[in-house]
Formats: sequence, structure tokens, C-alpha cells
Amino acid sequence: MTVYSTTPAYPEIKPPVTSIGLIGWIRANLFNSWFNSILTLLVLAGLCKIVPPFVKWAFIDSLWTSSSAECHASGGACWSIITANIRFILFGFYPPSEQWRPLAAIILLVVMLLVTRNRAWWHRSLLWAWAAALLVMWVLMRGGFPGLPTVESTQWGGLPLTLVLAIFGLTAAYPLGVILALGRQSRMPAIKALCIIYIELIRGVPLISLLFMSSIIFPLFLPEGVTVNKIIRAQAAIILFTAAYIAEVVRGGLQAVPKGQFEAADSLGLNYFQTMRLVVLPQALKIVIPPTVSILISAFKDTSLVVIIALYDILKTTQATLSNPKWMGFSTEAYIFLAVIYFVSCFFMSNWSRRLEKDLSI
Amino acid sequence: MQQQVPSISQTTEAKTSFWHDPDRLAVFYQALALAVVILVGYYLFTNTLTNLERQNIATGFGFFGKEAAFEIGESLISYSAADTYARALLAGVLNTLKVAVIGVILTVVLGTIVGIARLSSNWLVSRTAAVYTEVLQDIPVLLQLFFWYAVFYEILPSPRQAVNPFPGVFLSNRGMVVGVPEAHPVHIWMLTAFVAGCIVVWMLRRWARKRQEETGRIFPVFRTSVAVLPALPALAWVIGGAPTAMDVPELRGFNFVGGINFSPEFAALLLGLVLYTAAFVAEIVRAGIQSVSHGQTEAAMSLGLRPGKVLQLVILPQALRVIVPPLTSQMLNLTKNSSLAVAIGYPDFVSVANTTINQTGQAIEGIAMIMAVYLFFSLTTSAFMNWYNKKVKLVER
Repeated sequence: MTVYSTTPAYPEIKPPVTSIGLIGWIRANLFNSWFNSILTLLVLAGLCKIVPPFVKWAFIDSLWTSSSAECHASGGACWSIITANIRFILFGFYPPSEQWRPLAAIILLVVMLLVTRNRAWWHRSLLWAWAAALLVMWVLMRGGFPGLPTVESTQWGGLPLTLVLAIFGLTAAYPLGVILALGRQSRMPAIKALCIIYIELIRGVPLISLLFMSSIIFPLFLPEGVTVNKIIRAQAAIILFTAAYIAEVVRGGLQAVPKGQFEAADSLGLNYFQTMRLVVLPQALKIVIPPTVSILISAFKDTSLVVIIALYDILKTTQATLSNPKWMGFSTEAYIFLAVIYFVSCFFMSNWSRRLEKDLSI
Repeated sequence: MQQQVPSISQTTEAKTSFWHDPDRLAVFYQALALAVVILVGYYLFTNTLTNLERQNIATGFGFFGKEAAFEIGESLISYSAADTYARALLAGVLNTLKVAVIGVILTVVLGTIVGIARLSSNWLVSRTAAVYTEVLQDIPVLLQLFFWYAVFYEILPSPRQAVNPFPGVFLSNRGMVVGVPEAHPVHIWMLTAFVAGCIVVWMLRRWARKRQEETGRIFPVFRTSVAVLPALPALAWVIGGAPTAMDVPELRGFNFVGGINFSPEFAALLLGLVLYTAAFVAEIVRAGIQSVSHGQTEAAMSLGLRPGKVLQLVILPQALRVIVPPLTSQMLNLTKNSSLAVAIGYPDFVSVANTTINQTGQAIEGIAMIMAVYLFFSLTTSAFMNWYNKKVKLVER
């Protein structure tokens, strides 16, 4: 009779500690060659020099609700400049008694963005909802209609102004950009030339030269006695600028639509407008959703340039706060606060665009 | 009896109305577009003329020859307030070029390093690079410029307590001072030797390629070049008596003397533009390298190529095709963004032109000049890069 032993001939050997767990991970990811070991040590040394002092300054030694005098006495970060001036930084010269209105408009916008983020909601009705939301936001900001006191756009400032410039800039620039892209692809030489000249001229100059143009030269273009609000002029410059960039993105989309699609539409007897509206543009615009989001991101960042023509967007209201003698000398804190606002918004958009790209590539 | 049959051409002509003939419609649309553009242009032009006349603003570039009567903080050419507007504007253009050229070089170097770092197998390095690109891409460049400008004026100490991160480099609220070798006639000869070295290497490359095509024997051009390029200037330096004197910045009174001095405005502008644009370049470099499929590396290695040759002959040529076009637009972005110098007081072209507009009131000429200068930069850069792109792009059929 054979007896089978239940104890194995060899004891079970555990994997060496140096290749599993934390140590294994560190060996595999940080010290897997002499070159990587040196790099790791260098980067660690650099981080040690920067991170602990920053944490000490920004959090441990920092003041959050003090007066400016206490801030000047302490060596840490003075976040009090933000908490003490948050109203002016966010809303500028908007009348304080009415400031719930821009706040409501911003909340409405955020809700709309969150809804749009979910692709299950992408129906035609969403477009109408956006149109309605933009209208409501406009009425909230401007007032004058349902018993709300009118607030002229010259008093708008801060975050709402930044958002208005970015959102209306993109909504108006998008159709213009599509038309320009179609014009550039057109077989009519005169129209093609006009579109190419426009796109290349605008893309070749910096945005601030267009903003200067809107603030200095545009009044000269108008007949005597006609004036246009400064914000609307800046908005027009941003629209004209963004449209040229959108046109190039859309052109890329148009070029990506296979030629067979055009030929198929032709053979069905569709005319140019039908071909574009029903066959080509839906495909082209879907392809370019991700790059369009990056244009939205840069348009949002570029609104900060209106500082140069003295419009009170969120960067300018912050600078105005900094020029108050009481709060002078705390630029770092104020700019870090703004950087966080811009970073969170842009990071949200670019992450979403990346996810969308993955979803659409299937 | 023969029946009268209308000819084919007659029927089609009768059937196709004007609105259904694409060719004639095309002519109509184009005429309409041109007419609208011309009419709007004419309308704006006449309005402008009346407005200018009403406000008594002269037109034309006559102001070029007048005395500018404003100071420029720093310039590459000698300039004083007694010089003409034309010279002031020239100083501005040169200042813009200075920032653009130095900025583009530093951006490409930093962007390439960060882009490669993000692909590193070292977790810490790739994470650090990722955080760098994500954070700096998402903050407006103007805000970054203001931030660096504030760092120079608010955080950095006076020259007496200047920060000394590397030997020979001092950071203070007066800007950045860097030590340089003292000027010596030998330096001219070293430069000549370097240019001669470049010519030698170029000729060597041509000869080596020709020999390889004829005989198949490979000459180590790269290693020879690495040896020749520093060797010739070094030889000139030794023959010239090996001058080692350094022009090290020295604190005298309230400021540094000696070395090269970068103003806080220039340093903040350069720092802001380079750090911001490099984040975008890093993404472009990473995408370019990732676009070359791993199979290409494996195929090259299986042919027996060494890692250096794989990179040089297989990966880089394909990655560059993807990298060059977007890299060009980033270079142009940096040049165009340098116009934001006007916000932090570095006297670039836009800043000088802006002062000129404020003093002379000739806004149209001023802004037309700004646009023309940037258009010139943009068009020449993209023409050069298109030429380069054509050289490296894939030739199909």
C-alpha cells in the first residue's frame, strides 16, 4: 500500500521580499537601473527643497481671516487677502445688493456643464436647454425685465465677465468658424481666397493686437455719434480671433471625412448645402470634438488678456485688490488663488475631453 | 414626314434655370461676397477718414522722423529719448526678437526633456513631469507672467542679500546677474574655429555619405563631429594663451557690477513664456515618440542595429514627422505671446508701439505696424518650418 505524504517534499517558498510589496515596487519603479537611481535621488532632493518649505508657508504658518497688519507681521501665507476681498475679486463693481444674480448665473452655468458632461443627455433638447440657460443668465446679469433693477454691462466684472467672454465668445465663434472652414475648402476661388486671407491674417497676429484694435481703432470705424460698449467690442475681437482657430480645427475634420461620402451624396443628387448639412458636417464635427474643447480651454484662458485694455475680469479685479495699500505685497497668494480657479476649470474640461475622445474612438 | 426633334442642348438649356446651375451660381456667390467685402471696407474707410479729419489726426508715417522723447528701459542698440520714433520702434523689434529667440531655444530644450521624462520608467520622474505639464498648461500665461514679475519684485531680496542658486548666478529684485568669461580677442578666434569646425563636419558628412553609397563602408561621422566641434575652438583657446579670467558679478554699493545683467522684466517674461510653452512642447514630443509603434523598434533591433542607431535611423525620423508641424505653431505662439510684455513693462515692440500711439495719437498706423511685424514673424517662421517639414515628411507614391 502506498502512503501518500500530505506534507510536500519541498517547503513552500515565498517570493523574495525584494520583489513584492512596497520594497519591490520601489525597486521596480524607482531604482531599476543606476541611471534611474541617480534620477530618483536628484528629483527627491529637489522636491525636499521645495515642498516642505511651501507646505510650511502655505498651510502651517498661514493666516486665513486676519487683518492685513497681522499678515504683515507673520511670515506665512496671507490667505486673508482672499477672504477679505472675495466679493470684489469674484464680482467686481456689480452692486453688492444684487450680487446673488451673478452667483445664480454662475451656478446655472455649472449645472448646465455638469448635465452636458453626461453623454446620455445629448439630445436636440439639450441645445434648446442651453439656449434657454444662456438667455436666463443674460437676463439675470442684465436685469431690467422681470422687476430686476438694470445693471449695465459696464458694471460687470470678475468671474461672470470672464465666463461671459469665454462662453459667448465660443458660441458665436463656432458657426463663424464652420462657415470659414467650408469657405476654405470651397471650389470657388474668390471665396476660398477671402477665407484663407482672413484665417491666416488673424492667426498670424497676437490676440492683444486685436483687442487694441477693438478698443482704439474700432470707434474710428463707426459713423459719428454711434458708440459701442467696450465689453461688446472686446467680445467681438475674441469672437473674430477664436473663429479663425475653430476654422482650422473644422478644416481638419472636413479633410478626415472620406471622399466616398461626398461622392455618395453626389450620386444621391443632393446639392451642396444638403451634402454638407446632412452628410459631411455631422461626421466632421464629431471628429473634432476633442480639439474643439482645447480651443474652448484656450479661449477661457485668453479672456484674461482683456486686462490689457482695462476690463475688470477676474485677473484685473485681483490686481485692483493688490493695488490697495492695505493689501500690497501679497501678490503670490492672490495669484495662486486665481491659478487654482483657472486650473480647476481647465483641468475639468480637458479631462472630460480626454474621456470623450476615448468614448468616441470606438 | 420627319418629325421636328429639338436638339439636346436646347432642352437642357431650357430646363436648367439659373438657380440650379452650379457654375453660374458659383460666379454669382463669389461676386456677391466680393461686393459685400468691398462695400463694408469702403464704408469703414470713409467713416474713418471723416472721424480722423474731425479729430484733426494726421495720417501717414511722418511721425517716424520725429523725436520720440521717451526712455526705453533696455535695448540692444544704443537708444536715448532724443532719438527718433523709428529708432525706438527698431529697439522694440530687437527686444521682441531677443525674447523670442532665447525663449524658443530654451523652450525646445526644456520641452524635450520634460516630454521624454514623462515617458520615463522611473515613476517619480514621470509623475513630476506629468504634474508639471498638467499644471502649467492650465494657467493663463498672463497670470504666470504677473506671478513671476511679483516673485522678482516682492519675494527676492535686494542685491545685498541676493540669492545665489549656482556659482556665478545671482537673483535679486534688480533681476538676474550671470557671470561670463571676460572679453578677450581669443574669443573671436574661437568663434571662427567653431564655424570652421561646422564647415569641416558638413563636408565630412557629404564625403562619408558618398563613400558609403559607393563602397558600403560606414564612417563614424557623429563621433568625429562630437570630437571636432569642441576641439577646434579649444585649440584656438590654447594657442591664444588660454585666458581664464571670468567676469564675475560683484556687489559694489547697492548693485552688482560685471557679468551679464537681465532685468526683472526680461527675466520674468522669459521665465513665464518658457515654462508655459515648454509644457505644450512636452506633450507634443511625448505624442511624437509614442506615435512610433514599438514594432518599429523591435524590427530595427532584429536587423542588428544598436540602440543609438535605432533612435537615429528609425525612431527619430518618424517621430519628427509628427512633432514638427505642431512644434512650429508653439514657436509662433511663444513669439506672439511675447507681446504680453506690455503688461509687465518689458519694452518689447508692442509696448514701444503702444507708447508711440499714446503720444502721437496715430492709432491706425501703430496697430497696423504691430500686426505687420507679427505677421512677418509668423509667415517667415512657418515658411521655414514648412520647408523643413517637406524635407522630413513621408513620401507616398
